[in-house]
Amino acid sequence: MSTRDVTVIDYGIGNLLNVVRALQHNGASVTVVDRAGQVNHLPERLVLPGVGAFADGMSELRERGFDDLVRRFADTGRPFLGICVGAQMLFDVGEEFGEHAGLGLIAGRVRPVAAQGVTGKRHCIPHIGWSRLERPPACETWGNSILARMPAGEPVYFVHSFAPEPAREADRLADTYYDGVRICAAVRRDQIYGCQFHPERSAEFGLGVLSAFLEL
Amino acid sequence: MARLRIIPRLDIKGPNLIKGIRLEGLRVVGDPHEFALRYYEQGADELVFMDIVASLYQRNNLTDIIARAANRVFIPITVGGGIRSIEDVNTLLRSGADKVAINTAAIARPGLITEVSKRYGAQCMVLSVEAKACGSGQWEAYTDNGREHTGLDVVDWIQKAVELGAGEVLLTAVDKEGTRKGLDLALLQAVTARVDVPVIVSGGFGPVGDLAGAADSGASGVAIADALHWQRTTVSALKQEAQAMGLEVRL
Repeated sequence: MSTRDVTVIDYGIGNLLNVVRALQHNGASVTVVDRAGQVNHLPERLVLPGVGAFADGMSELRERGFDDLVRRFADTGRPFLGICVGAQMLFDVGEEFGEHAGLGLIAGRVRPVAAQGVTGKRHCIPHIGWSRLERPPACETWGNSILARMPAGEPVYFVHSFAPEPAREADRLADTYYDGVRICAAVRRDQIYGCQFHPERSAEFGLGVLSAFLEL
Repeated sequence: MARLRIIPRLDIKGPNLIKGIRLEGLRVVGDPHEFALRYYEQGADELVFMDIVASLYQRNNLTDIIARAANRVFIPITVGGGIRSIEDVNTLLRSGADKVAINTAAIARPGLITEVSKRYGAQCMVLSVEAKACGSGQWEAYTDNGREHTGLDVVDWIQKAVELGAGEVLLTAVDKEGTRKGLDLALLQAVTARVDVPVIVSGGFGPVGDLAGAADSGASGVAIADALHWQRTTVSALKQEAQAMGLEVRL
């Protein structure tokens, strides 16, 4: 496997080391940065991990200058991957603990996961566990995407109470269903990707997502 | 329902994976790293590591074991035992844990639940509960591996902890633990009827039909130690059997 350069953004919240480990496991050469000022030239690939709350994440990103960096990076058309809250922050607005502006790179809002299934029966929140990835009707193929190696219907690991709702159907790369409720599991706009699930915690198929990202 | 998670539970004392009965009479099973890798390869959905002497020494000694496992194991890892502060949580997350399971310190200072939940998210804050039956349909919360009683009603305590920010519950029935006689489904039902966060049921897994019982009683996961550690079964065999019973699992 060839060595690929990846820069991972550390904005001080949550655990990014497992993302770093999983990228390294796939042969990546990883640089972790905790201030945008540390980045002299825009990297080849950029990863924004995330757990925690949307608003805290955004304010830390801004404070460290990463909001501007991510926007400039997105303009280059190079591969970008946001994970969980890192994917949510790509959107216009987050509704966790009030309304908060996101990075606005993908149109849509981040809303709470429905508290009940389609039958009306309450289900567990947070949504924690393994749930299948499905290809949305508007998405013709996963070829040449981060899901290039993912067999449809394979479960991956989710842990979240909020999920993005893209304004454009075409931005949906994968869905999952929680007791019949459709949840956006992955998004794509050009080379900007976001995963609501955790590829770094989704065993071999999750590692395959990161490996496909490294080959974009 | 999400797929029922099969979660090997590794109780650790010093460098060793150990197993007891009702959290006592501990026997050394082997090297925790080898077992963690084996369970990952068998298709475990998550792993739980508990430092079972940590409360005694007031610190968690699992950082090295976790760091080593995290280099090879790409599924969620929960770590518990002796966690008393945000700094302890940070140390464990930095070494590779995804979530922390807290019992003793949460009972002593419930505000810790909120602190961890606010800082790292509710999904990171697993409430660990050691329950002992105290009369019909009632359970009392214990600490220090079922040695110290607290006077707290288990179901009330869990409800309060969830309100404070716990995002998941690791529910151990101390009376059943290590006995292979079956999970405490009545306890599980009492808890899942009260809270909407995922509950991992632990203690007493023996008959494979327990998996169906757990799923029907609202469990999100089943923690299994004895049956796996002594190699009476494997994660993959359990999942095959679960599927044959009509349960949804990740194969």
